[in-house]
Amino acid sequence: MTAIITVENLRKTYGATVAVDDISFEVAEGEIFGLLGPNGAGKTTTVECLQALRQPDSGEIDILGLDPRHNAQALRRQIGSQLQESALPDRLKVWEALDLFASVTPEALDWQVLLDQWGLAEKRKSSFSSLSGGQRQRLFIALALVNNPRVVFLDEMTTGLDPAARRVAWDLIRSIRDRGATVVLVTHFMDEAEKLCDRLAIVDRGNIVAMDTPQGMIDEYASEVRVIFTTDRADLSWLDEVTHVKKITRSGPRVEVEGNGPVLALVASALVEHGITPADLRVEQPTLEDVFLKITGQDIDE
Amino acid sequence: MRTLVKLSWVELKLFVREPITVIFTLALPIIFLFVMGGVFGNEPDTGDGGTIIFRGVGPLDYYIPAYFGLVMMAIGTVALPVHLAGYRERGVLRRLRASSISVWSVLGSQLVVSFVIAVIGSILVIILGIIVYSPHMPLEVGLLIPAFLLGLVSFAALGFFLGAVLPSTRAAQGLGLILFFVMMILGGAGPPPEVLTGAMDIVGNLTPLRHTILILQDPYLGFGWNGQASLIVAGIAVVATALAARFFRWE
Repeated sequence: MTAIITVENLRKTYGATVAVDDISFEVAEGEIFGLLGPNGAGKTTTVECLQALRQPDSGEIDILGLDPRHNAQALRRQIGSQLQESALPDRLKVWEALDLFASVTPEALDWQVLLDQWGLAEKRKSSFSSLSGGQRQRLFIALALVNNPRVVFLDEMTTGLDPAARRVAWDLIRSIRDRGATVVLVTHFMDEAEKLCDRLAIVDRGNIVAMDTPQGMIDEYASEVRVIFTTDRADLSWLDEVTHVKKITRSGPRVEVEGNGPVLALVASALVEHGITPADLRVEQPTLEDVFLKITGQDIDE
Repeated sequence: MRTLVKLSWVELKLFVREPITVIFTLALPIIFLFVMGGVFGNEPDTGDGGTIIFRGVGPLDYYIPAYFGLVMMAIGTVALPVHLAGYRERGVLRRLRASSISVWSVLGSQLVVSFVIAVIGSILVIILGIIVYSPHMPLEVGLLIPAFLLGLVSFAALGFFLGAVLPSTRAAQGLGLILFFVMMILGGAGPPPEVLTGAMDIVGNLTPLRHTILILQDPYLGFGWNGQASLIVAGIAVVATALAARFFRWE
């Protein structure tokens, strides 16, 4: 893995508040790297330090061989930024924004193509203030890409997008990576992190508490699957004896069996053996949400 | 450089699309011009009241170059500070910065826009003034041009400074309007400075507008280059630029 971004012992405080305690990670060239965590975990502060928008208190950062503290302008020309809190002048038109932001580098992409890709072609002459939340968001992503950056930072990029637009956005982000750019994604959406990221770091209270591929994390922290079915049968004590079964919870007719490995097949055969053939037998694979709950002890929205 | 040109062009278009700023910077001086012309006409004062007012020239000959300064002052006290503070407050500056647009492009484009607006505003004042009151044309154009540039740079620097330190659009509007009216009335664009006495005259002399009007009027009226006033205006430009650079914040 060739690291395109290296962060070592990054720390940033605002007065008594520690936003980033001690964060280190590497991002490989051409991957989608995610920073996942609840609001206030320090994700945004971390990427803002990387984009030379904030001065870290301490730590080392290397992006594309540049140090954001000393080569801020040179760095910003080569990266793309979609910021969480920013705006454009109300009366600025969509095409004017793209044309302006394309002027910072001769390497810039043809912004007409970006307008089409991000579904803004019809809005090219609309003013910024007349755009909906989703349209603004898509414009900001297009602006982050217009300078043909080698590294793109996307901070909560799908906030404000409807489900269909989110999926389109995910496909487009994958296509950015497939063209060779590296993507750093900040998100608090589990599904987005799980589906989109090649690797991700879970950030909690200013620290990285886990870092792996989404599947690697699930395998390590939440390998247990849940087998769920309903039955009227009162006595299910024999289920405890089935190998790979870890835990059974029952509420009324609903039974939830936690286990690992081949537990589904084993539970199913034991049920048949005891004359139970539930029509609603199903299995739930562990998700990133389970990993998150396990590692941080809380739900991401709490 | 390409970005500066693009940004300047975009900012000019944005200025034109903002009717309130257009009215304030371009229409207000013209309204005042007609009010003053209606009240005083353009006959030079003969000193019957004891003091010769309007520097002994026709009131409209006095006010036309003074209102070049008024346009610059409207830009420096209201238009620029409100624009910059609003950009900061709403995250526009942050957005520009993240895309490697430099502070020089941001302020440079504002200077370009300020210059264009000041020229347009001054041309409107002189054309409408001439049509209605037939005052005389500027006598020393070769000196008027550098004086105009100096005055403009000075007020733009003041606008950058106010835009750098004022935290919000509201603050910029509030303070900007107070500065605008105090300067206009006491700085020589309202009542003739000769009738201002005591404290009013002292405060008037402290306003950048009083000195800017002097450096514009003197070549316009054929009195030559005003060395003292131009040093004061240049000093204001230097100090305001230094303070703006010191206190400029992106967010």
